[in-house]
Amino acid sequence: MKATSIAILACLGVLSAVPAFADAKKDAKSQVEFGISVAQRGLWREAIYRWEKATEIDPTYAAAYNDLAIGYEHEGQLDKARKAYEKALELDPNNSQVRQNYELFKEINDRTAQKEK
Amino acid sequence: MIGPLRKKNSAARRLALACAAALVAAFTAACGTDYFEIPIETPIQPKLDVSPFQRVLVYGFVAGGTDDVDANQETVRLLRSQLRTKSSLRVIDADVVPLIEVARDQSQGGGGEDPAGPREGGAPPRASNGNGNGSDRGAQGVSLPATIKDEKDIEPYERLFANTAYWKRIGEEFQNPLIVTGTVLFMSRSTSGFVQRDQETFDSLGRRRVMPMRTYMERKGFVLRPKFVFIDGRTGATMYSESYREEILYNAQQNTPALSSYFELMDRLVPNFLSALSSQKIRGTRVLLK
Repeated sequence: MKATSIAILACLGVLSAVPAFADAKKDAKSQVEFGISVAQRGLWREAIYRWEKATEIDPTYAAAYNDLAIGYEHEGQLDKARKAYEKALELDPNNSQVRQNYELFKEINDRTAQKEK
Repeated sequence: MIGPLRKKNSAARRLALACAAALVAAFTAACGTDYFEIPIETPIQPKLDVSPFQRVLVYGFVAGGTDDVDANQETVRLLRSQLRTKSSLRVIDADVVPLIEVARDQSQGGGGEDPAGPREGGAPPRASNGNGNGSDRGAQGVSLPATIKDEKDIEPYERLFANTAYWKRIGEEFQNPLIVTGTVLFMSRSTSGFVQRDQETFDSLGRRRVMPMRTYMERKGFVLRPKFVFIDGRTGATMYSESYREEILYNAQQNTPALSSYFELMDRLVPNFLSALSSQKIRGTRVLLK
């Protein structure tokens, strides 16, 4: 009897967690979308705030890290940009668009690294 | 009888195709695109802290290579005009100094009194330091090649930039500006070999194709090797230096004036030069993802 109730509770727990997880994903996605729309209007700080939020909500969201990296790059925060790109690639290593962004970023980053030598 | 039936069939097919296309369009619209290209401008901090300086003196360059271009005059002129528009420093207008002669003078024990003498805004010739102690004879005793044709010839002249006493004196004369100097080698170059070029072809159906083709070519052009040296006019010490190499080659039949090649090559380097003194914004595009 006890085992049955535990199993039922576990099932309920899993069932309630699934929508919560789905909600989090949806929420993160809406933050990313909002970030994109404000970035397109030139409001990069707001966009960064949204993308940071998205990565907090869903730390497995590669696109959010990619966008965040672009935001940091635009603000000249190259260290943070590199970390965000690397995280995006770690989460989605086969994404050619993230890789292309990262390659372009590296060109600039290498130039500044040369300066610091 | 067959005619109307065929017509009916083709109308039905067209309707089906239109429906499919509408469905695809509706699906695409519903999904939306998942990526957006966006222009960005990455700010890059200057390589040098130029805050202690209000003025910059582009003094002169040890120049060599081809005689078709006076690389010293042209480089000074170009850098001054770029600095006037793209940096916050005030550019000192002084005569361009033939640094080769200064270096030779120093190597012969002349104490580095530059023969031309830079004169700001047409001011009277400056007085010599007059101490005669030879403290700024950085290159003394070193034999310098009479003509500079390549890298090897220019190397011995570089001792001039380590002569802090000389540069300090120049700095004092111009109220401690940031001094820009260095070497410029502008050489003609010819080469031959296989080069890969895209060739446009049309097949029997008239479709355009671009194919990479390897062809043997004789080419000629120029190599530009500048070294920019930034000297603190207060101390005479080198703050920073950087070297570049750019090359341009043309078809051997093409006759491009040396001066236009020089400007084309300098155009590629000027952003790097400016990024040493002032913050730059590098434009590019990235892809935002949903």
